[in-house]
Amino acid sequence: MDFALTADQEKIRDTAESFLRDASGSAAVRAAMETEAGYDPQLWKHLAQELGWCATHIPEKYGGLELGWVEVALLMEQMGRRLLCAPFFATVCLAATGLMEAALEPAHIRYLPEIAAGRLIATIALAESGIDWRSDALPAAMARRVGDGYLLDGSFGHVPDGAHAALIIVPAILAPARHGDRDAFAMFAISADYPGMRRTPLKTIDATRRLAEVRLAGVRLAPDALIGEGARVTEGLTRTAALAAIALGAEQLGGAQQCLDMTLAYISERVQFGRQIASFQAVKHRCALMMVQIEAARSAVYGAACVAASAPTTDALVMESACAKTLASEAFFFCAQEAIQLHGGVGFTWEYDPQLYFKHAQASGAWLGAPDALRERVAAAMLDRA
Amino acid sequence: MRLEFSAEDEAFRREVANWMRAHLTGKFECLRQEAGGGSFDDTLVAERKAWERELAAGKWTCVGWPEAVGGRGLSINRQVIFHEEYARAGGPGRMGHIGEGLIGPTLIAFGSEAQKNRFLRRIVAGTEFWCQGYSEPGAGSDLANVQTRARRDSSSGEWIVDGQKVWTSLAHESDWIFALVRSEAGSSGSRGLSFLLIPLDQPGIEIRPIRQLTGTAEFNEVFFNGARTAAENIVGEPGGGWMIAMGLLSFERGVSTLGQQMLFARELELVAKTAKDNGAARNSAIRQRIARSWMELKVMRYNALRTLSRSQDAMLAKEALMYKYYWSNWHRELGKLAMDVLGPDGDIVSGDPARARLQRLFLFSRADTIYAGTNEIQLNIISERALGMPREWRPERKMNDRK
Repeated sequence: MDFALTADQEKIRDTAESFLRDASGSAAVRAAMETEAGYDPQLWKHLAQELGWCATHIPEKYGGLELGWVEVALLMEQMGRRLLCAPFFATVCLAATGLMEAALEPAHIRYLPEIAAGRLIATIALAESGIDWRSDALPAAMARRVGDGYLLDGSFGHVPDGAHAALIIVPAILAPARHGDRDAFAMFAISADYPGMRRTPLKTIDATRRLAEVRLAGVRLAPDALIGEGARVTEGLTRTAALAAIALGAEQLGGAQQCLDMTLAYISERVQFGRQIASFQAVKHRCALMMVQIEAARSAVYGAACVAASAPTTDALVMESACAKTLASEAFFFCAQEAIQLHGGVGFTWEYDPQLYFKHAQASGAWLGAPDALRERVAAAMLDRA
Repeated sequence: MRLEFSAEDEAFRREVANWMRAHLTGKFECLRQEAGGGSFDDTLVAERKAWERELAAGKWTCVGWPEAVGGRGLSINRQVIFHEEYARAGGPGRMGHIGEGLIGPTLIAFGSEAQKNRFLRRIVAGTEFWCQGYSEPGAGSDLANVQTRARRDSSSGEWIVDGQKVWTSLAHESDWIFALVRSEAGSSGSRGLSFLLIPLDQPGIEIRPIRQLTGTAEFNEVFFNGARTAAENIVGEPGGGWMIAMGLLSFERGVSTLGQQMLFARELELVAKTAKDNGAARNSAIRQRIARSWMELKVMRYNALRTLSRSQDAMLAKEALMYKYYWSNWHRELGKLAMDVLGPDGDIVSGDPARARLQRLFLFSRADTIYAGTNEIQLNIISERALGMPREWRPERKMNDRK
């Protein structure tokens, strides 16, 4: 048993930390927020292609580094600290993971090397509303066989980076080939701007992340657009959502830590009643409570990342992920809220950064299961089985 | 980063489990599951002491101590495994834990050779039991304010002690007390204190139990009225007791926390089972709270593994500094949840052992956020030591230290 980071892992963390401190400061984030795509293509190209971040957990045979979820979490934590605006979560955590967990080999060969090389921005459309996957929920898309291809209809309300991704992965219910057979899940890969696909960028309060509505109306697909079928899709996407939620929890952890660090810096400068306000016990205790939640979330996220890296069962993975994401979501929101409060009046301004973290905390809290929903999943596993 | 223990460690785990299965039986059956708050009332004292000697016969006391002083010299990982399997098997609360966990390591680090020879062997053997004399009525969170006085008998050189200690658990069943006392008249704060070892069985000492809100008594007041101890029973230098007292508090490396968590897990299982049985598990607010408890207990395990994986300065790490605050508030909330699950039955005293256990949890867990550093002190410690925020004012420091 050894819960400490290896020397290689520390190096990954430290490199990302110093790179993003320079490349994704407040001004850079605010500039990216104003762009149409929501990110800086030069910066993305640098970290995706030169730093090789997109290759992190992709197998070596597809050009990846074949590292694990601890390494992905380390990168996401640093991105969260700096609110990096980039399609990393959609491309790497969701799409690449979805391909690896739920698609068949031809799709691995076709897409994973492109993602690993940082040349393909991809995403998954998971649900009609929100960013979540429940295999027992009503499907958001339906597919029919037409000739040797498929015809796809559906609607997805909140697809991350959906407006500019070059590849959208879509799970759908596929009507059976023979009359009398049961419906089954299938997964399709759709290149952008297929006829019949309409993508509408959404204006979001959390402007550091881009969402789009994706509508599919009679999209005609070639046979090779089908990249997975049956239980491999349902279970694979369950695993994908759980794994991506651990990574998202790491991002939230980084955001929470930055909220505390920003706050500590501000309150040691701010003087009232002739004292730095950091010397008031009421303020000290708020900061201590932030740290308690952050360190609890850190234990949960890295514990879950370790489990994720050790080929767990899907049930075990879902429970780990629910725990990590819940703790991280709540820690992030609490720390962002306290950052605004402890900055006082300037915490309410556009100019100071707490508002950016606050908005991302609320938005990301709902992705891949809000805390209440995740607790209910855990409660069901604990209380409803005989 | 990996969470699994090695195959050799897992073999050791089976060895502990097998030993516990073979020995926590027969005349010791009555001690099974007698752990956690409220298990140290006046019952089963003889059995508990006999159990300590049974453990000693199997070389399962002081497993983390060096072999040279009678321990097993186990690695941190194996100590963790031992405590975890001990708790999993339902091992009772350890009568010897103050000797093994607090005064023993203190003597190993700071004691004279004579003190080591005199005391350590009997702690390992489970034949001599210790209690801790730190808190006083006027020295709780502000421990440096102890007023119990010690002076030298000019003819014999013996220490003569007058004063009062409080919250002394197990004093009525112990043989010795280690006490922080003021040995320099007129001194204040952390200066002028000495760390003495005092035999309890003497006319100058009176022990009175404190009846707690639980109705039972595990803690005591210890009154010193001309109590005596030999000149050599001082650890460290006269006037240097504060350093020893603080050193003692740093020996807890968290190796027993996974054992503690095993007890917590069993309590949470009982809460969940009770909720399933009485229908409270259909209430969505209760479901949320049970799930929250489960998640936070999982966090505690990872948190403990983080601490244990550090090679140095482990107890100054953030996850170690926040741990006491985290588990004590978690446990207190579990006690409230247990009563909310019981509903109106929670108020009714009955012979049902499960219900009694949950009621006991509710009442005893109120102490968790007070002893060993209150919530408020914990938050001070976190903000000052982990976050480097300005320190609270303390009387022995000059006013301009504050800036």
